[in-house]
Amino acid sequence: MPGEVAAAAQAALAVVSPEPGATKPDSILVADSVSRHFGGLTAVDVAHLEVQRSSITALIGPNGAGKSTLFNLLTGFDNADTGNWTYEGASVTNMPSYKLARKGMVRTFQLTKSLSRLTVLDNMRLGATGQKGERMGAAILPFIWRGQEKAITEQAMALLERFNLAAKSADFAGALSGGQRKLLEMARALMLKPNLIMLDEPMAGVNPALKQSLLDHIRDIREEGTTVMFVEHDMDMVRDVSDWVVVMAQGKVIAEGTPRSVMGNQAVIDAYLGAHHDRNLTASGESLTQGGNS
Amino acid sequence: MDLGFALTQALSQAIGVTAIIYLLATMGLNIQFGYAGLLNFGQVAFVAVGSYTIGACVMTVAPAITSWWPSAESYILWIAIPLALLVSLLLSLLLGIPTLRLRADYLAIVTIATGEIFRLVVKSIEPLGGVQGISGKIGANFYALNPFPDVDRVELGLVTYTRSDIWVVVVGWIVIGLLLLLTWALMRSPWGRSLRGIREDEDAVLALGKNTYLRKMQALILGGLFGTMAGIFWVVAKQSVQPDSFVPDFTFFCYTILILGGVARVLGPLIGTIIFWFLLVFTEQTLITAVESGTIGFLELTQVGPIRFILVGVALMLLMIFRPQWILGDRKELALDAR
Repeated sequence: MPGEVAAAAQAALAVVSPEPGATKPDSILVADSVSRHFGGLTAVDVAHLEVQRSSITALIGPNGAGKSTLFNLLTGFDNADTGNWTYEGASVTNMPSYKLARKGMVRTFQLTKSLSRLTVLDNMRLGATGQKGERMGAAILPFIWRGQEKAITEQAMALLERFNLAAKSADFAGALSGGQRKLLEMARALMLKPNLIMLDEPMAGVNPALKQSLLDHIRDIREEGTTVMFVEHDMDMVRDVSDWVVVMAQGKVIAEGTPRSVMGNQAVIDAYLGAHHDRNLTASGESLTQGGNS
Repeated sequence: MDLGFALTQALSQAIGVTAIIYLLATMGLNIQFGYAGLLNFGQVAFVAVGSYTIGACVMTVAPAITSWWPSAESYILWIAIPLALLVSLLLSLLLGIPTLRLRADYLAIVTIATGEIFRLVVKSIEPLGGVQGISGKIGANFYALNPFPDVDRVELGLVTYTRSDIWVVVVGWIVIGLLLLLTWALMRSPWGRSLRGIREDEDAVLALGKNTYLRKMQALILGGLFGTMAGIFWVVAKQSVQPDSFVPDFTFFCYTILILGGVARVLGPLIGTIIFWFLLVFTEQTLITAVESGTIGFLELTQVGPIRFILVGVALMLLMIFRPQWILGDRKELALDAR
């Protein structure tokens, strides 16, 4: 049952023409001619990309398509060779990642980065921004930060409760299972109260039961007004949760559209399976595989 | 064979001047390596900066400026100490600015090289005493304040010190107490939490909106200042400074002490230092007594020095095998490292 925010976002995207670089009615993130080369290899070469506010946008594509590199560029974890991009209307091109995070554009990582030898609660509390006690001078004067710390702890416990991790709050994060760490990383990102949350393969290595719960969390996050953009290989998830799908191949955006339109797009099928996947490999037209009849 | 003497000697040394020097340097390493994960293999450079700044100010600068400030020699130490801390801060910036943006290994390489460069360069600078180093009444301003009665040796229960040593020891432990308190206050704060986060995974902390570069720099500076305090105590206590005292071994002893006591524990360096120096002096004194009394016939007195390191090394290895978390560590926390 889609919520109000979801319905509004889907309605807004319904009128957008499904083509690469399509203009959205209300974009939170706009990127122009972003490119990144590693030696002779062009990892990312995106002409134009917009992300609709309060939507759930999936970024898909075969391995090596440049999805994670694009994520790294947009979030300041790598420097682009060319291009400029704006977030909430202001240019954030090549802005350091920590500044972007403070502005509410928060990312998670493909390989979960839980801080092993910190407790789960400390992991969460670390996520809060604007902490007075994080300035070295104020750190030794607890009366400056104690009140704020209490509020942060309450916020953290509420989120842990929501993510079913409250019972683990005193454990070291390194003692959590892989799936729990994914949950923790997502919960920790929410401590920053993001406007745009960018999830790099949130479902990698997660069992089916937990997947469902992660999906629900992603829907909830969006229902609070946060824009979600994620990289994912799990097509069921993409179809299930996203309003809009952006497909990358060889560094370029090759298709965009609603999940339904993208899955039937010839360019997408070609990118995943090869342009000649439905043609026989021999000149005579005989199939190489026994009984093949493509 | 009188083990009582070996015991009192070992106790005196375990909380004595040398222990204070190593403890201060190790407390600095604990902040850098233990909490922030910075691999500083050149803590000795910060110690040397402290010793040399004081030595040069007192023995070279003060006599030179008496012509326009007649009482310079009565106050010079109190001016030299903040100056030494300032030089230490500049050294941290010099080391940190190019390396802290890079992976952890670069700081390790740069610091270990800096320690050696400092030692070798100082050796060939004549105003700094060259190979001979600097010696003289470097701590005169400090000892002028000594409140202890004018006797040869001061006895305090089990331990005895010379009159000047006891003054260094008392002030040393007061300073250590204050700095331990400072470490505790910093590390329980959100600032300390963000440092520990950086140690675990810097990118994750960056993604949470923290300026990790700034925090790493702060940790490097603070740890360096602790090391410089060690150097200041060193030169005041020994009243001399030689370049070849500042070999890389010093830093590695500090790491041994740190791991022995417990990494990223406020009291880890304290416990590590006491145990390390107690073991070292106790084995040495016991061996000396045993050799002199003929109990051990196959050793010469000159062999005792190296042998004690072998014995202490074996003891440390046994501890590592049977109690890998060392004294203050948490076994559960240690197990997380394995992944």
